[in-house]
Amino acid sequence: MGQTVEAIKSYILAEFLAGERPDALDENTPLISGGILDSISTLKLVAHLEETYGVEFQAHEVSADHLDTLGDIARIVESKVAAK
Amino acid sequence: MSRRLEGLLEASATRHPDRTAVVDPSTGRSVSYAEFAALSAGVAEALRAAGVGPGDRVGVSGKSIATLAAIFGAMRAGAAYVPVDVSAPAARSAAILADCAVRAVVAPRELSAKLAAELGIPDEPRDPLPALAGLGPQLVLTAGPGAGAPADLGGEDRNLAYVLYTSGSTGKPKGVMHTHASALAFVDWCAEAFRPTPEDRFSSHAPFHFDLSILDIYVPLMHGSTLVLIPDELGKQPTGLAALIAEERISVWYSTPSILTLLVEFGRLERYEFPALRIVNFAGEVFPVGNLRRLQASWSHPRYLNLYGPTETNVCTFCEVPGRVPDERSDPYPIGVPCSGDRCRVVDGTTDVARGEEGELVVAGGSVMVGYWNDPAKTDAVFFEQHGDRWYRTGDVVREDESGAYVFLGRRDRMIKRRGYRIEPGEIEAALHRHPEVVEAAVLGRTDAAGKVVITAHLACRTEPLSVIALKRWCSENLPLYMIPDRFSFHDALPKTSTDKVDYQMLKGLA
Repeated sequence: MGQTVEAIKSYILAEFLAGERPDALDENTPLISGGILDSISTLKLVAHLEETYGVEFQAHEVSADHLDTLGDIARIVESKVAAK
Repeated sequence: MSRRLEGLLEASATRHPDRTAVVDPSTGRSVSYAEFAALSAGVAEALRAAGVGPGDRVGVSGKSIATLAAIFGAMRAGAAYVPVDVSAPAARSAAILADCAVRAVVAPRELSAKLAAELGIPDEPRDPLPALAGLGPQLVLTAGPGAGAPADLGGEDRNLAYVLYTSGSTGKPKGVMHTHASALAFVDWCAEAFRPTPEDRFSSHAPFHFDLSILDIYVPLMHGSTLVLIPDELGKQPTGLAALIAEERISVWYSTPSILTLLVEFGRLERYEFPALRIVNFAGEVFPVGNLRRLQASWSHPRYLNLYGPTETNVCTFCEVPGRVPDERSDPYPIGVPCSGDRCRVVDGTTDVARGEEGELVVAGGSVMVGYWNDPAKTDAVFFEQHGDRWYRTGDVVREDESGAYVFLGRRDRMIKRRGYRIEPGEIEAALHRHPEVVEAAVLGRTDAAGKVVITAHLACRTEPLSVIALKRWCSENLPLYMIPDRFSFHDALPKTSTDKVDYQMLKGLA
């Protein structure tokens, strides 16, 4: 879990939170409901995850219900990787 | 008697009672013209019973068959409808409904409770119509902030069809007033340009508070065609959206270029076939030709139309784009030539510029708004009278090309367009100024090399720089999502001009 979280965290900080201190973003920071990821950023993130981890997301999974925090994102990625 | 928008529905219900008027793929429900006209009549009855009549306004929210019935019900009761954004902060929506003193609100239960709390009025929801059950999230009818006003103001208000609020530069959204006649001037032009038939299936992608919805709602319902509702959530999921366009056999599509670009980039269009698609309309922002070319590689057969016009004018110019953009072309297509019976000029002040020179596009004609709700000063500022016409200043800088088409060059002011939405940086600045730690705020938009609009907020804070995460959350609680800045830049103090105003030119250089 830790490694996946760290990798996704670096990506989100670099792409969507330019200038933020890394320790301000934790596993429970609301990303979609907190105004950090808008719909397009969320799609970019999903495209990045699909490419990096070789997994595919269903349309309904691309939502705040499944991807609102780093913890949520890492969990869904890891379950998809495990199911491959 | 003059024509009215709800009359289009009633005429179609007589001609095509059994045809499907509206489909909502998210619930699997659909209604025929006869059913939909009956639902609208039922809502009108409930609104009348709640005291709504000619000259009133009714707030509506949501995106479902039930919401559409509320829209037609409001007009049928003689009122104008005021659509508010379900996803925007409730305080902003409440301010809008208070500004135009709606007599009643028809909205999803959860939202109406929040609105009542914001407006400080009793939350006493009523069921507008049991027959709406199952046609989307349950709607309730509540009294609006204008409930105590005298009935029937008469005059111009009786002709109002809807008021659409757009971002205002001082932080207060402004209400664009359209009459039945100004909407019909545009809708009638669409009929001529698209030649719709009862076989057509129109997409309704834009939310109802966005003016693209005027085409989506009224053009199909005028011709016995079917309106396919696309719920807000699905509208942003390109894979689901691509499947929906194919499965619902959409024949006339309308959205911003941003959504079409998403479909190309993430929609896996190659997995589906789209034989029904015959027209692709886009509006609201510039469509970079690279993205348009990629779209046409997947969708090679439909006609492509670039529709242009601020909310204040409806669509006032259009440009039919070739089905195959030439490889060597890099400039976006023009916004085109006048339509909807409008006249356009390119001026400097109130004087026409020489043909081919840069100037501001001004528009006069039947599709232009009446003015801004309850704001004669702002209305006066955007109109001037000349040659017996009333000209609306778009604020867009254009030039006329050799073929007589207008080419969009930029804005006269600081207004930003993102995903088709108008954003006044002043509205974002006002929200940032409300943050207790912010001393100064200046917001700028620019377009990056890939054609993406990037909004940067320059801030000076009381103590140390704030966390970007905290700022984004603040913005998400105080602004519509599309207004949240992408970047924050922190300064000890913002640079000033010699007259001690924020030096936007210098900040532009920093970005």
